[in-house]
Amino acid sequence: MPGFYGVDLTSRLMLGTAQYPSPAILAAAFRASAAGVATVSLRRESGGSRAGEDFWTIVRDLGVRVLPNTAGCHSVKEAVTTAHMAREVFGTAWIKLEVIGHSDTLQPDPFALVEAARILVADGFEVFPYTTEDLVVADRLVDAGCRVLMPWGAPIGSGLGLVNPYGLRALRARFPDVPLVIDAGLGLPSQAAAAMEMGYDAVLLNTAVARAGDPVAMARAFARAIEAGALARAADPMEPRDMAAASTPEIGRAFLE
Amino acid sequence: MKIVLNGEPREVRAPSLHEALSELGFGGAAVATAVNGSFVPAPSRVATPLAEGDRVEVLAPRQGG
Repeated sequence: MPGFYGVDLTSRLMLGTAQYPSPAILAAAFRASAAGVATVSLRRESGGSRAGEDFWTIVRDLGVRVLPNTAGCHSVKEAVTTAHMAREVFGTAWIKLEVIGHSDTLQPDPFALVEAARILVADGFEVFPYTTEDLVVADRLVDAGCRVLMPWGAPIGSGLGLVNPYGLRALRARFPDVPLVIDAGLGLPSQAAAAMEMGYDAVLLNTAVARAGDPVAMARAFARAIEAGALARAADPMEPRDMAAASTPEIGRAFLE
Repeated sequence: MKIVLNGEPREVRAPSLHEALSELGFGGAAVATAVNGSFVPAPSRVATPLAEGDRVEVLAPRQGG
């Protein structure tokens, strides 16, 4: 697996920290998933409250790398300012850059995304852009200095899986040396396995685990599916074909007419 | 003077962002700040004056995907 800005991760799973039934289940799900990265955000704090510190303590205790996001930002300025605030609080140059362009689909605004990425790279950030599978946008992001690309599988929280396998395969083929992460839209472990079989380096998910009836069991299921998919990819799968090809040898078959 | 803290009107006496954070109960908290949409790094808070009507954002770690 390639490094992410020089960091070698032992796990191909990046897991979100939102929507769990409780902090204890969040922690148990992380342990079951063996995820190497936790995504986090920044939100308004109330005076006298220590909610942020309490949550930050839980995340630190997970013992994984932290990937702050700019979730909810709709403009370059919002995203850049949020990234700077996140770098100060979380003490990392990593930023999951989200610039949302459409409120129903939460589709990235590719124009603002590229502009924000360029600014943040110049400011010393290591940008993980949440993008679409569009090849031209991906080219522009790499030109802007992104060394990781994170195309969506489907709209955030939809659980639809990999809705454009052709586009995702094309992206993998176009950028063989850039770490690629499927970010958003996965609902089932089989979809994560398919992403691995396609040659993706990692998946980032949240809702599929956190909103499952049993988040800990689902975290374990995703971990195993990702391992299976990555093993299959490394094992060089057979090429599909249109016509049948008997697997049992014809030679030695009895003549019983 | 009246400022807008995280979208809510508040009255503060402190003349700087640093002192205002203490006055508003954020002293020592792990927060990031912005004034009127611009990031103010922690070391710059002492030298950042507040004026009537300023919009102050105080953000802290939260769950995210």
